[in-house]
Amino acid sequence: MRVPILRLNARVLIVVLGADITDDSVMEFQNDLTERVAKVQARGVVIDVSALDVVDSFMARVLNDSARMLRLLGAEVVVCGLQPAVAMTLVEMGSKLVDVSTSFTLERALQLLDKLMAMADQPRGAPDAASHA
Amino acid sequence: MLELRSSEDIVRARLAARDLVRQAGLGVMDQTRFATAVSELGRNAVRYATQGCCELLDLSDAAHLRLQARVSDSGPGIPDVALAMQDGYSTGGSLGAGLPGTRRLVDLFEISSSPGGTQVTVQIVRRRRP
Repeated sequence: MRVPILRLNARVLIVVLGADITDDSVMEFQNDLTERVAKVQARGVVIDVSALDVVDSFMARVLNDSARMLRLLGAEVVVCGLQPAVAMTLVEMGSKLVDVSTSFTLERALQLLDKLMAMADQPRGAPDAASHA
Repeated sequence: MLELRSSEDIVRARLAARDLVRQAGLGVMDQTRFATAVSELGRNAVRYATQGCCELLDLSDAAHLRLQARVSDSGPGIPDVALAMQDGYSTGGSLGAGLPGTRRLVDLFEISSSPGGTQVTVQIVRRRRP
């Protein structure tokens, strides 16, 4: 079953992963999302994982890889809704398993995404106010 | 006994694993540990072996809750088990956290491997509350 990719507005896509998602669907989702981000030139993506009651090393890798790929394309990524028991399990398994921006809720994810997108919009090396003084 | 052939089978095995722990009366943390361990082992069997299966057992006695998963496959086996148990080692392009990570989630971890197959047994063991 394909994971639906929702378009919130001109800049932001939202994806909600289901509890019974298989490895095959996860790989398909990664491809679909990357293509879609490039196609609509999305600037931000929220991946809601609140329905996942298991995030193992494979799923963790996919989340990390997706975030890295999308950032290369020019989009920021926030993962939201990690369950507490899932977070604890990931830390017990290995410290760096999930290495992406995260938030409690979808609402906070969108706020965080706004900040990340604003930071990315600032030209690098631009002189700040202090250096003019 | 659950067959492990496809990625759907991994999902079925981890749901069954969670149910076993829940039915024994343990909380969501142990349910998640055990389901995650079975998911890791199940994936190894599906990805690297020709044919695998998962056996879930409640071996609890009067003093302890003891929940076991045994994942077996029919080969080709892990050439160097000690190496596969090291953090960061992977032949499948993963993070290499599968087996060592799984060992940290459970209270008993036994692995044996030969060209004829690999067998991994994991248990979560908890003292019964009086």
